[in-house]
Amino acid sequence: MEAKPKRSLRLFIRDNGVPIMFLALCGLGVVASGKPLGFLLQETIGRMARNSFIVLSLVVPIVAGLGLNFAIVLGAMAGQAGLIAVAEAKVTGLAGIFTAIAVSFPLALLLGWGAGSIMNKAKGREMIAGMILGFFMNGVYMLVFLFGAGTILPIKDPKMILPQGYGLRNTVDLQVIKWALDNLLKVRLGPVSLPLATFAATALLTWGISKLFSTKLGQDMRAAGQDMRIAEVAGIQVDRTRMVAMLISTVLAAIGQILFLQNIGTLNVYDSHGQTGTFAIAALLVGGATVTKATVGQALLGTFMFHLLFIVSPYAGQNLLGSAMVGEYFRAFVAYAVIAFSLALHSLQRGKMAIRR
Amino acid sequence: MSLRERVSKSVSDLGLPRLTVILFLVSLFIVGGIQGVPLGDLVNSSIGRFSMNALLTISMVPAIQCGIGPNFGLPVGIIAGLIGLVLSMEMGFTGFPGFMVASALGLSLGAVFGVLYGHLVNRVKGQEMMVGTYVGFAVVSGMCMFWLLMPFRHPRLIWTLGGEGLRVTISLSDFFSNVLDNLLAIKIGAIKFPTGLVLCVGLIAALYRLFEYTRAGIAMDLAGQNEQFARAAGINVERMRVTGTAMSTAMGALGIIFYAQSYGFVQLYTAPLMMAFPAVAAVLIGGASPKTASISNALVGTLLFQTLLAITVPVSQSVISGDISEIIRLIVSNGMVLYALTRGPGGGNNGS
Amino acid sequence: MAHEYLLEMRGVSKHYHGNYVLKGVDLKVKAGEILGLVGENGAGKSTLMNILFGMPVIHTTGGYEGEVRLAGETVRFANPGEALSAGIGMVHQEFMLLPGFSIAENIKLNREPLIPTTLSRFLGTRLSKVDMPRVRGDARRALDTIGLGIDEMLPVLGLPIGFMQFIEVAREVDKSGVRVLVFDEPTALLTESEAGQLLAALKRIASSGVAVIFISHRLEEVLTICDNITVLRDGEVVTTTPSAGATLTMIAELMVGRQTKRPPLGERTVEPSDDDIVLELYNLEVDMPGEEVRGVSLAVRRGEILGIGGLAGQGKVGLSNGIMGIFPARGSVKKDGLEIPLNRPGEAYKHGIAFLSEDRKGVGLILDRSIEYNISVVATLTKGDFLKRLPIGAAIRDRKTATAYAEGAIEDLDIRCTGPTQRLRHLSGGNQQKVCVARALALKPEVLLVSEPTRGIDVGAKEKILDLLTGMNRQQGVTIVLTSSELAELRRVCDRIAIIYDGRLVDILSPDDSNAKFGLAMAGKKVSEA
Repeated sequence: MEAKPKRSLRLFIRDNGVPIMFLALCGLGVVASGKPLGFLLQETIGRMARNSFIVLSLVVPIVAGLGLNFAIVLGAMAGQAGLIAVAEAKVTGLAGIFTAIAVSFPLALLLGWGAGSIMNKAKGREMIAGMILGFFMNGVYMLVFLFGAGTILPIKDPKMILPQGYGLRNTVDLQVIKWALDNLLKVRLGPVSLPLATFAATALLTWGISKLFSTKLGQDMRAAGQDMRIAEVAGIQVDRTRMVAMLISTVLAAIGQILFLQNIGTLNVYDSHGQTGTFAIAALLVGGATVTKATVGQALLGTFMFHLLFIVSPYAGQNLLGSAMVGEYFRAFVAYAVIAFSLALHSLQRGKMAIRR
Repeated sequence: MSLRERVSKSVSDLGLPRLTVILFLVSLFIVGGIQGVPLGDLVNSSIGRFSMNALLTISMVPAIQCGIGPNFGLPVGIIAGLIGLVLSMEMGFTGFPGFMVASALGLSLGAVFGVLYGHLVNRVKGQEMMVGTYVGFAVVSGMCMFWLLMPFRHPRLIWTLGGEGLRVTISLSDFFSNVLDNLLAIKIGAIKFPTGLVLCVGLIAALYRLFEYTRAGIAMDLAGQNEQFARAAGINVERMRVTGTAMSTAMGALGIIFYAQSYGFVQLYTAPLMMAFPAVAAVLIGGASPKTASISNALVGTLLFQTLLAITVPVSQSVISGDISEIIRLIVSNGMVLYALTRGPGGGNNGS
Repeated sequence: MAHEYLLEMRGVSKHYHGNYVLKGVDLKVKAGEILGLVGENGAGKSTLMNILFGMPVIHTTGGYEGEVRLAGETVRFANPGEALSAGIGMVHQEFMLLPGFSIAENIKLNREPLIPTTLSRFLGTRLSKVDMPRVRGDARRALDTIGLGIDEMLPVLGLPIGFMQFIEVAREVDKSGVRVLVFDEPTALLTESEAGQLLAALKRIASSGVAVIFISHRLEEVLTICDNITVLRDGEVVTTTPSAGATLTMIAELMVGRQTKRPPLGERTVEPSDDDIVLELYNLEVDMPGEEVRGVSLAVRRGEILGIGGLAGQGKVGLSNGIMGIFPARGSVKKDGLEIPLNRPGEAYKHGIAFLSEDRKGVGLILDRSIEYNISVVATLTKGDFLKRLPIGAAIRDRKTATAYAEGAIEDLDIRCTGPTQRLRHLSGGNQQKVCVARALALKPEVLLVSEPTRGIDVGAKEKILDLLTGMNRQQGVTIVLTSSELAELRRVCDRIAIIYDGRLVDILSPDDSNAKFGLAMAGKKVSEA
């Protein structure tokens, strides 16, 4: 009986290796940065508020067996299209946010449908297909906004259009909706101010996802996620279930990107979505999620730790090695390495399972 | 066979995306001709781009043949080549000797990295492409810290004032830019043919062709074709996969050195991040699949893809006065990879 | 009730491209009855069950003749879904269980009781809430019915194999309105005590009024629990008999049943004998999933054709795969007294042993390569044949000699193709198999292990393959170990036939031995000569 707590501790460490390692890394980073805790907390909470939503959009496809959805970039693009429309039409405040969501919704559905179809054709290779699809659609996105804006798309605002008369400028000012949600309900707590409305949106999504998993659809997703063939034999429409998961994920990513950019306040038309997928996925994995398992809690914990590390890295680099750049390269390295590590771990475990069978 | 059957058969043999690329290319040539884009420049830039990129694409062939699929971890090899280049320059070598030192260092480092990377890839069967991509990304961003922090001294390599670490782009003009291109170079009018580089690429391609016919080459190919079959015939499949990966990585190292001497610059930091994708796309455009590839796939694919990119620049500038080549590159290369991924089962895992 | 039998199949016939695999089969089961269905591999059991379930493979190949009656009404199921909703269930050989789900969730998979929600009223039933307490309750009831006292909330992952079979059964029992339940080899993977429990559960299910069809190769089990036994052979019902009064020997004899005249094979100069042993197995164990070998000792005479027979899943296929090092093996294998290292694929080739695998698509063929490549590649790799040395020292593949060899083989083996460069993918199954034989010949083996050489091949090609093998044996003196599920085939060409049951050697029989002897040996019983 006495040996039991020790063993469960070891199991705990083994099962939570990534988050524990990351916690230690964050701890070291915080100490090395030499910044006051209040400042770090404020920064981290701000980033949590704007990033959690998009990280949560990854949970559903994982449960449905599609792995890490690298194609959420498509959702982010849809969200940005909505924002561009709002910036052109000058819809301000909360109305602007809702308009942006309304515009991006059908786009996200369309893109999600495309992504879902491709993933149903690339079973077993969903992740690489999703990643390449992201790059591909980036080309299409550039084509649309570099050459379509001002010619086919009715965008007139000279502050948005390049001097040549067509094509969007690199940056679009989002002053019309900046902090529209964040400032709706802001509470100061000591040195930290909390954007409660944004957190409420995240909480609503958290609640919605957990409700989804208690429905028949959620049950089907879990079944398809474990074994497509067995689910199919049991009469579950696997392809349709996977498609619904992709639609949900893409729409959520679109909304997530809108919430993210209302906090930032400017849209880098050709850049803002570039790292959306990588950073959201890295954050999720840092929280202890894997290619086949993810929970809402892991998403939130991961977002917190990942962004804490993001904030402290440059300071720690400056203090330890006299170079803030090192810190910036370090965090990019960490993001990629966490993903590479999780992917490798996943296929290692799958290989072991196959041998045991 | 009637003409119609013949046409439909050759279409299905070529595959839709390859046909699209070829038709697109032809129509660009026509538009370019109408717009009066000088043909000499086009041929020049097409040959130049082809010879620069050919070895990077060829490096995909051993990877696909040994069964790991297109080597998305190519940046691992590219990093080895970059280290070779930078070390050779740091040691003060210039001209042809400098190029040789860089190549020797790059090749041997590439082989070592390749063996290590091959052992990793062997443990992640079925996920080689994804793991390779992110291992490549991680290595490139990890190396950014290396470039920044290593105590390089050569004044041409580091920032002259204020900056820290190696420069982002290092000019090779004082070292060995174009040494291979200019070797035995032939000039016909406006067209300059980089004979030395083409000969070197050709030699490597020929040597690899020869290797394909040796017992080791046959064994490696069989390991990639059908793992169980190969195992039953007594082939050590794992070792073959490591061999193929190491060859691919070493070719990638030499490939970036060829590329850099032709380009005239060494690009460090995040520049190698996306370099695997054009190489993967080119070999697929040339007719390869994630399971089979040949040297001719690589050569034909590089020629098609790079000619397409070369011609897009002047033609799009003449038509819409904007450069659309980056967009074309994204759409064509990723579209090609996507097409290959969504066709048929398998992909390094024998479908099981 | 107006009808005596719950399920009746009357005069059911089925042919594939004119080949009749079922000829006027009658099968009847009453409610509450357990009917045993026995027969050799290929006797038609699975085709019969496919018809019952309306499987697509039946409809895409032209349907069937005769009629199926359920509770007196003629039914003709277009798909398995229809059969399921009519109350016909099947417990499969392989487990359809999700490891991460609890036992209860698996039992109710895709049949979960639902509670409507606000959203589901607008957006469809899939947004209804899953009623977990009822999932649990239903599962509990089903588990109790079959007498399994396990906690229904445990995850399936990590349960012993035996339990999984019970969960499968519980799932079928839980399906409301199940009237006919088919069990396909349910005890194949179970231990003896687990099998006993399962049979008890089966009886309980039957006594609740369900008609049970029990398919098994374990004849003792069939005799103990079934009320009646139907014996199928070559697509025909040989007999349907009450199991009371039937004996093991009788059933076994009825199963095998045919006495074929052995056509004369070529004469030999030296008759094989125990004085000249070429290959010796001692206590060989092979971990081939589904075909485990649990300790076989066997001596192969030089120059003979030794048959390896037995029912599917008993381990006969594992034997040659173990010798070749394809699956993990223990024990010892000697060729001419020399030990062949086990678990090292390729070693056996070096000792002059070649192998024609039963897994043609997996281990046997490279479909996207040419005939010439397929014939020569193993000889090149293992023996260095078909190579030429270049002036620079490297040895490379000599396509000319390989092509010439392939052309000869195409001629000799009558491979129907456009030429040696044709890809294998475009050949028929029979011609692909001939390419495999040609590859084995290219190795110039002393001993050839052949596994299921005629599986999935049309009749004409079958004959040709068997002729080729006997020809190799008689003319070139190649020793052949022929593993086959078709006993008739073994009895036609073999000198001796070793029967494997449960991973062990039961007996070595002469092809002329009685049907009863073969039948019993295949059911694991050795008849001592008295």
